[in-house]
Amino acid sequence: MATEAHGAGEPGLVFHPMDQFMVKPLFGEGAVGVFTLTNVTLWMALTVLAIFALLVLGTSRRATIPTRTQSVAELLYDFVRKMVEDVAGKDALVFFPYIMTLFLFILFANFLGLLPMAFTTTSHIAVTAVMAMMVFLTVTIVGFVKHGAGFLGLFWVSSAPLALRPVLALIEVISYFVRPVSHSIRLAGNMMAGHAVVKVFAAFAPMILISTGIGLVVTPLSILAISTIYALEVLVAFIQAYVFTILTCVYLKDALHPSH
Amino acid sequence: MASETHDAAGQAASTPGLPQLDLSTFGNQIFWLLVTLVVIYFVLSRIALPRIAAVMAERQGAITNDLAAAEDLKAKAVQAEQAYLKALADARTEAQTIVGQAKAEIKAELDAATAKADAEIAARAAEGEKKIAEIRANAIDSVKEVALAAAAEIVAVMGGKADAKTVGAAVADRMKG
Repeated sequence: MATEAHGAGEPGLVFHPMDQFMVKPLFGEGAVGVFTLTNVTLWMALTVLAIFALLVLGTSRRATIPTRTQSVAELLYDFVRKMVEDVAGKDALVFFPYIMTLFLFILFANFLGLLPMAFTTTSHIAVTAVMAMMVFLTVTIVGFVKHGAGFLGLFWVSSAPLALRPVLALIEVISYFVRPVSHSIRLAGNMMAGHAVVKVFAAFAPMILISTGIGLVVTPLSILAISTIYALEVLVAFIQAYVFTILTCVYLKDALHPSH
Repeated sequence: MASETHDAAGQAASTPGLPQLDLSTFGNQIFWLLVTLVVIYFVLSRIALPRIAAVMAERQGAITNDLAAAEDLKAKAVQAEQAYLKALADARTEAQTIVGQAKAEIKAELDAATAKADAEIAARAAEGEKKIAEIRANAIDSVKEVALAAAAEIVAVMGGKADAKTVGAAVADRMKG
């Protein structure tokens, strides 16, 4: 990751913490069209392959006494299924494959993005916003299909004093429409920030090659910082996938049971 | 998304540094994201999730079956134990009846033998008594005869004429007395 920090013949440290997020064509140079094979394509394909390997190849033996891989696959299955059931209710299990898809995609994209030289697809607002919009549209459509105009009761806080209700309704409506924004920016922001910070410290790491005096202090410190933040990022990679999924479940619960 | 798009449009020109806001790559990312999600969705809903659900249900079934079988075997063991205990108790009571029967038989035999012996003893005693009575009776008769003869002799010696009848009456009268 740090290799380009001291470019050949360039004096001093070079900071390009955001270069890792650039979308580039896989083959050759040029503009990025809609169907161009890019690093996005590559890492999303790897995400699909990883999911396929774990959940399909890992369970191919259908063992009653599971192997390690099968155990992990079952653990993930149970984890998300329980989450959907506990948070959104039993009738939300129809959406279980859909939610599982989102969870696994985010989880694996986050973890694969932690590999050195990797491209983190979930650090892009374009990706997370599409997923957040999908959730938002699903919730809104399901809400109206299931409850008709009764879904608007979600915004009418009947337990509040009558005078306050219109004000609260306004706030509720705004918060409802802000949901997809916060939903998507939370994930992309977390991923981007963590990776950028690692990259900044990585840029400091080769200091010892420039100045032995300062480098003796700065290089070990930055390596320690990279390790620490990397460990934190591993945690964040899981937690953000979890948060995105559980919020999806919470929103879905609003659609299925809109009463407060 | 709409609001972000506007922001991105404004900033993409001024800050080429943030690749996230480079609108020209959005189409590409969204396209590949949708492809990816659709593929994952089909892999999950067609293969992975039903398979895992089946495996887990099967395991649950196996566990339930095994537990039921264990329960069954346990019940059988309890049954066998009960049968064993019952057989033991039966054998014990049977032995006791046999012992009782034997005892009763022996007692009956003993009683019969005792009764027989008693009867024999009684019969012998009765016979003895009878003989004694006979001997006594004989003795009395002899005494009577002797007394008659003696009385007649005595009377004759005294010079009387012994009337047998009178003598007999007198002896009988005396002997009564």
